[in-house]
Amino acid sequence: MDFSAVTIEILVALLGLVLLVTGLLLPPDHKKANGYIAVVGLLGILAFSLSGDAGRSGTFLYGLYTLDSLSKYFKEIFMIAAILVILMSLSYTKRFREGKGEYFSILLFALLGMMVMVSSNDFITLYIGLELMTISFVILTAFDRSSLKSSEAGVKYVLLSAMSSAVLLYGLSIFYGLSGTTEYAGFITCLQSGGLGPALILAIVMVLAGFGFKISAVPFHMWSPDIYEGAPTPITAFLATGSKAAGFAVLIRLLLQVLPSQHVNFSGIIIMLAVLTIIVGNLIAIPQKNIKRMLAFSSIAHAGYILLGLVAFTGMGVGAMLYYIFIYIFANAGAFASVTALSNITGSDEIEDFGGMWKRSPLVTAVLMISLLSMAGIPPAAGFVGKFYLFASIIKEGYVWLALVAIGMSVVSLYYYVMVIRVMLTGQVKSDEPVTVPASLKTVMVVSSAATIFLGVYAGPLTSWTSSVASMFVK
Amino acid sequence: MSQYAWLIPVLPFSSFVAIVFLLKKSKAASAAYALASMVASFVVALGILIEKVQDPKAIEIAVNWLNIPEMGNFRGLNVQMGLLIDPLSAAMLFIVTFIAILVTLFSIGYMEGDEGFSRYFAYLSLFAFSMLGLVVANNYFQMFVFWELVGLSSYLLIGFWYHKPSAADAAQKAFITNRWADFAFMVGIILLFVYFGTFNFAELGPAIEHTKDAAFITLIGILIFIGPVGKSAQFPLHVWLPDAMEGPTPVSAFIHAATMVAAGVYLIARGFILFESSETTMLVIAYIGGFTALFAASIAIVQKDIKRVLAYSTLSQLGYMVMAMGVGSLTAGMFHLTTHAFFKALLFLGAGSVIHAMHHEQDMFKMGALSKKMPVTTWTFVIGSLALAGVFPLAGFWSKDEILLAAQHHNFTGLFVLGVIVAFMTAFYMFRLIFVAFFGEKKSDHHAHETSWLMTLPLVLLSVFAVLAGFLNSPWFYEAFGKSFSTFVFFGEPEIPHLDLGVAGLSTVAALAGIFTAWLIYSRKAIPAESIAKKFSGLYKLLWNKYYIDDFYQWLFDKVMFMTGKALDWVDHHIIDGFFDGFAKLVGFTGSKLRLTQTGALQNYALVIFGAVVFFVLLASTPLLGGVIK
Repeated sequence: MDFSAVTIEILVALLGLVLLVTGLLLPPDHKKANGYIAVVGLLGILAFSLSGDAGRSGTFLYGLYTLDSLSKYFKEIFMIAAILVILMSLSYTKRFREGKGEYFSILLFALLGMMVMVSSNDFITLYIGLELMTISFVILTAFDRSSLKSSEAGVKYVLLSAMSSAVLLYGLSIFYGLSGTTEYAGFITCLQSGGLGPALILAIVMVLAGFGFKISAVPFHMWSPDIYEGAPTPITAFLATGSKAAGFAVLIRLLLQVLPSQHVNFSGIIIMLAVLTIIVGNLIAIPQKNIKRMLAFSSIAHAGYILLGLVAFTGMGVGAMLYYIFIYIFANAGAFASVTALSNITGSDEIEDFGGMWKRSPLVTAVLMISLLSMAGIPPAAGFVGKFYLFASIIKEGYVWLALVAIGMSVVSLYYYVMVIRVMLTGQVKSDEPVTVPASLKTVMVVSSAATIFLGVYAGPLTSWTSSVASMFVK
Repeated sequence: MSQYAWLIPVLPFSSFVAIVFLLKKSKAASAAYALASMVASFVVALGILIEKVQDPKAIEIAVNWLNIPEMGNFRGLNVQMGLLIDPLSAAMLFIVTFIAILVTLFSIGYMEGDEGFSRYFAYLSLFAFSMLGLVVANNYFQMFVFWELVGLSSYLLIGFWYHKPSAADAAQKAFITNRWADFAFMVGIILLFVYFGTFNFAELGPAIEHTKDAAFITLIGILIFIGPVGKSAQFPLHVWLPDAMEGPTPVSAFIHAATMVAAGVYLIARGFILFESSETTMLVIAYIGGFTALFAASIAIVQKDIKRVLAYSTLSQLGYMVMAMGVGSLTAGMFHLTTHAFFKALLFLGAGSVIHAMHHEQDMFKMGALSKKMPVTTWTFVIGSLALAGVFPLAGFWSKDEILLAAQHHNFTGLFVLGVIVAFMTAFYMFRLIFVAFFGEKKSDHHAHETSWLMTLPLVLLSVFAVLAGFLNSPWFYEAFGKSFSTFVFFGEPEIPHLDLGVAGLSTVAALAGIFTAWLIYSRKAIPAESIAKKFSGLYKLLWNKYYIDDFYQWLFDKVMFMTGKALDWVDHHIIDGFFDGFAKLVGFTGSKLRLTQTGALQNYALVIFGAVVFFVLLASTPLLGGVIK
């Protein structure tokens, strides 16, 4: 057995288990140290993965599990997101009454779940990864037991994801029923013989619905605003970045690698999902008063933009998706870190409480501004290159009308992003108390806004990386 | 000299970085660095201009910025960042850097004592950097990036006094209005790329000339033209420019003379071959420009705020430039841009001087008799107004004439007549302003005094240019030097300047008539202004409310878009949450609202999920189960 294909996962699992033990050993006032261990450990694993020593490709367990450039790319993205989220959490955990130590190890298990999802080459393995991630997220969402909203969000999340999992499982079981195998490879061979009929379409729709839930595409989006609002802010950030990226990773693999022969049958659905998601997400974001809810709807809208890459269904489209997901993580990390910084002081997430923020903390203002401008797609922030790349990929396939809708709605999105910036600059100052930002949070903020600007100004290296990953999907 | 061209945008950028990271604490150092970098840029720009006058051959230097290799049937994407130095960009670089120096100098006096002094110079440098980067761009993509940066830095500057809600509103309005225009611009350049495979101006030129697909070229041309409609504030996207007055006055001067609005006109000149290839596009450009010229001039007539008069006058003059491009004369458009840069900067800085002296009073009917207290400001302002009105032999006369001549030459009689009418209106509203604000009796108890040399020096310098710049394209200049503006910046064949006495006479009569009418009404008071306003109260109200276009847009956003968002949000919340809340009350359950909401919401969320699955299954299987669905 070739373990080199799963080294990263094994290391992450070990790190998670070590944290469980150290979490018990650490004195109650120093549980935070667990977070530092997690960050250092993950940085090491990330460096190991990037160095290439962990293997570039290979399979495990007779092909049930695969390491290729796509899964490697996504794993590295997940790790970056996880590191940022853990750094964000360090100052946040003081709100939790108990379980401060376990928090970090559960976060790592969620990360492990994402990694399994993107590497699995088999429907059952995929499902296990998905549930590992989901259940970890349920716990994390409800972690703030002193907050009613957090508990409510946890309950909602567990019930709704159970339903979406049921739909997904039904779809997967039809796949199995049709082909007699749960492996992707066998399933692809079976598809080539053709003639699977309407049941296949039923299954595809169900699988799309299952992952549409994870990426919060409209109409499977309704859970996300409630849960984003209720969950601890760092977890919201992780849901918006990691969990969503994992959903997209699986969609890319399933649609472009396993089901490309069925493209005619699902292309219409993808287009509808993308259009609905972009329009509804952006429009509902406008009247929001709570910044986490606003960011939730904005993240729904972004899922719509990213879906455009699947509409294009080309190597360029996938390259654009990969690039967009990468920069989207930094924009969100920056935004949520700013929100965390504020709510650490005031305990509130209302947009109006950001009034006069530039006086209280120029750093929070600058970082939130850069992040929001990146989401709105204004150069020199990276979001501009990302949107350009995505829109160009669909225009290239002839979907000019769709690009018009998408670009038009991204102009609309400017209203709610600029509104927040405006409040920060001109709004009523609620209190003169300066906002002190803990060093860990400051790191996240500086790193993510620097990355946002850098990747916008000099996108070359990242796009050549994403296009080399995407080149595996060139027809 | 051209090999140093990259310094021109980089120097102001270095000033931005230096101020933000190093010099912020020291006001003097910030201003000094900003000014020094502008002067250095100007020296390089001047060197390049001289070199281009001697040898007009275009020079292009570029590096790859984004390179996505070819993959299968995907052609690859190569975006460059580069410099294109030809007479057009050389002339523009000179104007922008020259105005930038004067604006910086003036600002040192104007912003004295402001708490954001250093920040102001950082933003100003960023603004100059963006504009200069746009001017030297050798491809559409780079142009777009800097175009957006111009938008962003103008957002920062217009909203500079963000503690004033009106400034914040104006900044937001400018930014968002421009984004709407940029949206079309972006689609345009993507289509251009998809069709021709390059963003590069030099490569696109021949490609566009040889293409047969006229409809497509028209489509792209119009989409890209919408960009300038936003940036150069043409009807119907003009609404942001007058509000942009909320920024510090030197910034307005910069925006109105050399950056932002000039960017739009510059883009039309840069991509002229694209627009010129389609007759329809040219017609659209010409008539939008002409209409804006008339429309804005009519609004300027009733304004009371000194800066607003100037703002609408800029709109109107930009309309002239765009119209000139549309009737087919790149030279006339760019020439008017050049002369306008000088006298509009002069007028704005003059207005700034007045406002500074009047302690931020901007209503001209509260001024009066300033000529005695502020002689330098007054007389330079009069020179600027004469130049704007197009009185011989000042700068505006030559460039306006060139435009009218172009309209006549290309048989646009309607636009020609319109041009003459606008010339009359221009002279009228400018001299209405002068007679009311600078002459006559004091209209309020003010203690205005002449401003410091930092502010008057730019005024004097600019007024020299406002007098002389026009000669660059006069027959006499051509006879003396064998060169003129029109043999330097042109498209196709260079023209030799000549003076058509008929056109010149007509426009001069129009201008003088305008001045005379203003004198009759506001100085002699032969006809009281109020009675005119009363007699035509309907028209007056229409003009005063700027044809209600701002209100219409406000309504569109507030009512239509915001309400749609709200409605969707409401459906999300009330139909679902609310229904169960109401249901609960109805039945008499008095338990925790939260719990009921939760249960209700969940069921409905689930309903939506499953409903959608069923819907999509039906939808996807329609072709397969054809018979069944039928």
